[in-house]
Amino acid sequence: MDYLTIIQILDSALRLATPLLLTCLAGLFSERAGVVDIGLEGKLLAAAFLAGAAAAVTGSIWIGLLAGIAGSLAFSMLHGLASITFKGDQLISGVALNFLAAGLTVVIGQSWFQLGGRTPSLSGNGRFEGWDLPFADAMAKIPVIGPAYDELISGHTTLTYLALLAVPLSWWVLYRSRFGLRLRAVGENPSAVDTAGISVVKLRYAALVIAGVLCGLAGTYLASLAAGFVKDMSAGRGYIALAALIFAKWRPWYALWATLLFGLLEAIGNRYQSIALGDFVIPVQFMQALPYILTVIILAGFVGKAIPPRASGQSYVKER
Amino acid sequence: MNKMPKWADAVLIPLISILLAFFFSGLVIWAIGKDPVVAIKTMVQGAFGSTSGISYTLYYATNFIFTGLAVAVAYHARLFNIGGEGQAMLGGLGVTLVCLAVPWPHWTLALPAAMIGGALFGAAWAFIPAWLQAKRGSHIVITTIMFNYIGAALLGYLLTKVLKVPGSMLTESARFPEGAHLPNFSEILAPFGINFSPNAPANMAFFVALLCTFLFWILIWKTRLGYEIRAYGQSETAAKYAGINPSRIVIIAMLISGGLAGLMAINNVMGEAERLIDNAVEGAGFIGIAVALMGRNHPIGILLAALLFGFLYQGGAELSFWESIPRELVVVIQALVIMFTGALDNMVRMPLEKLFVALGKNKKKEA
Repeated sequence: MDYLTIIQILDSALRLATPLLLTCLAGLFSERAGVVDIGLEGKLLAAAFLAGAAAAVTGSIWIGLLAGIAGSLAFSMLHGLASITFKGDQLISGVALNFLAAGLTVVIGQSWFQLGGRTPSLSGNGRFEGWDLPFADAMAKIPVIGPAYDELISGHTTLTYLALLAVPLSWWVLYRSRFGLRLRAVGENPSAVDTAGISVVKLRYAALVIAGVLCGLAGTYLASLAAGFVKDMSAGRGYIALAALIFAKWRPWYALWATLLFGLLEAIGNRYQSIALGDFVIPVQFMQALPYILTVIILAGFVGKAIPPRASGQSYVKER
Repeated sequence: MNKMPKWADAVLIPLISILLAFFFSGLVIWAIGKDPVVAIKTMVQGAFGSTSGISYTLYYATNFIFTGLAVAVAYHARLFNIGGEGQAMLGGLGVTLVCLAVPWPHWTLALPAAMIGGALFGAAWAFIPAWLQAKRGSHIVITTIMFNYIGAALLGYLLTKVLKVPGSMLTESARFPEGAHLPNFSEILAPFGINFSPNAPANMAFFVALLCTFLFWILIWKTRLGYEIRAYGQSETAAKYAGINPSRIVIIAMLISGGLAGLMAINNVMGEAERLIDNAVEGAGFIGIAVALMGRNHPIGILLAALLFGFLYQGGAELSFWESIPRELVVVIQALVIMFTGALDNMVRMPLEKLFVALGKNKKKEA
């Protein structure tokens, strides 16, 4: 394996990690506020569909982005209605949202476009284009760092850079702002927050709004990357992001590394259909299952214990 | 505490929730420019209009009884088993291995053996998440989701590399021997002089499902183990003080749950396909969640909910054929049922409770 191949694999890892990272951060905000979000998968799918549909009709991915965020937000608010306002089971609500997205995107997609649940393919302004960072062409000729700069760092879409920026931003919001402090508190000890005169309900809804926007970005990215929406295109990414979130122990910087790792696994799996170790060939299915296997091992606490926010999964009932 | 009469809690609330779910499903049909009334007629005609339709309805219902019971057993212990899909997949593997291992002379011998195979493999697939939950505190919802994906990958590998018939283009196992064929409804009913569609899939497994429903009721409400499971589900601390070992209950409840999900394979793999095919479970594991929620984790409720979803599944297939509404409409209905009967339960319950409290006050005044 030569240097350029490694660079290319890393480049594709970054590409594949982008939606995971955005979704993972979405889950981070929601779970840090005490709302477990199994429904990430559904939000991702709903956003991808609406983004794909809007971009196909209008020819602009930016309008697609708005539609994707709107769809994801609607799902987020439904989750809030069920699990915050009506104090329902957050897990059940999330599961319902995932099925709702899986069903509605196909039923509506077929009704709108008659393509068996796909949207028409996107081209030109209907997709995000890669950004060539300054001097990318000129630097490409420099050995070692040139190709790395040209292939790996330059040439990604707006959303990839946005996702990377979202990491320090999330860190700052969560750990350096008053809002973040309250958000984390509401996930650990909501009654304390309530006693301080701050609305638990409002904070949790705010967290779900952030989660909805981030999932909207991630879904739009998927639609743009694949040049259109395809049935079930989120393909478990919402769950992988959830896994990455646990792997990252609900921390923004760790979330970056975790999603990059899962992106790398996917990139390697895509590039090498089977990997031979001497006489033994690792089957492609093993590579596909690896993120899930890793998550189970991490969950089992063999690689350091992952402790979720204490109040996550519980709806807050005011004392009377 | 008794704000509501028991019948309202057991019947009225689920009924209103389901009506709400159906109302919104109708809204979806209307929104895509189709007529909900025509859609319902098509579905009823397709599911009950012919013996073939009835057979498919019962066949799907059989799957959902198994997976619904599976979710319900775990739920009585306050464990949310989303892994029914994977457990049913592995159950299919167990049934396949048993059916292909011996040239079975007669189904009466093959069925019990296949049941053991399916239940064992399903239970084994539930064991790891159960053990991790009991001993390491890993959240069962996440681990069972992960095990669905791991199971799908494992089966994908086995089907393409191990079980596939050499030289065949199809990713499926060899056909089961003739002796492992389960009688279908046409063969069962023929001696009684009843004509039933000969090629439709409902089979002997339906009666096994009914038996399991009855055994479920005995287990949960008439045995010591069932009592312990329910006690643990109601309050872990109280159960601990009563001398119930939490790890033991978690693991046993999940083993039974996985076993029931695995048993589904005697219907779809042994009864219908008679070989292991790719994606044999077709989402039945997930529908079990809706069935259990709708049926309030009670065997009679689960039976009725499974029949309803059997109807929706078969009717949905007809809908896509005649009305060109995609089959995924059933997934939408399933989602709405889970949403309204599960997560939005309080939305229906709170106003009803107020209503009953108000009614109760009036009565007292009159007296």
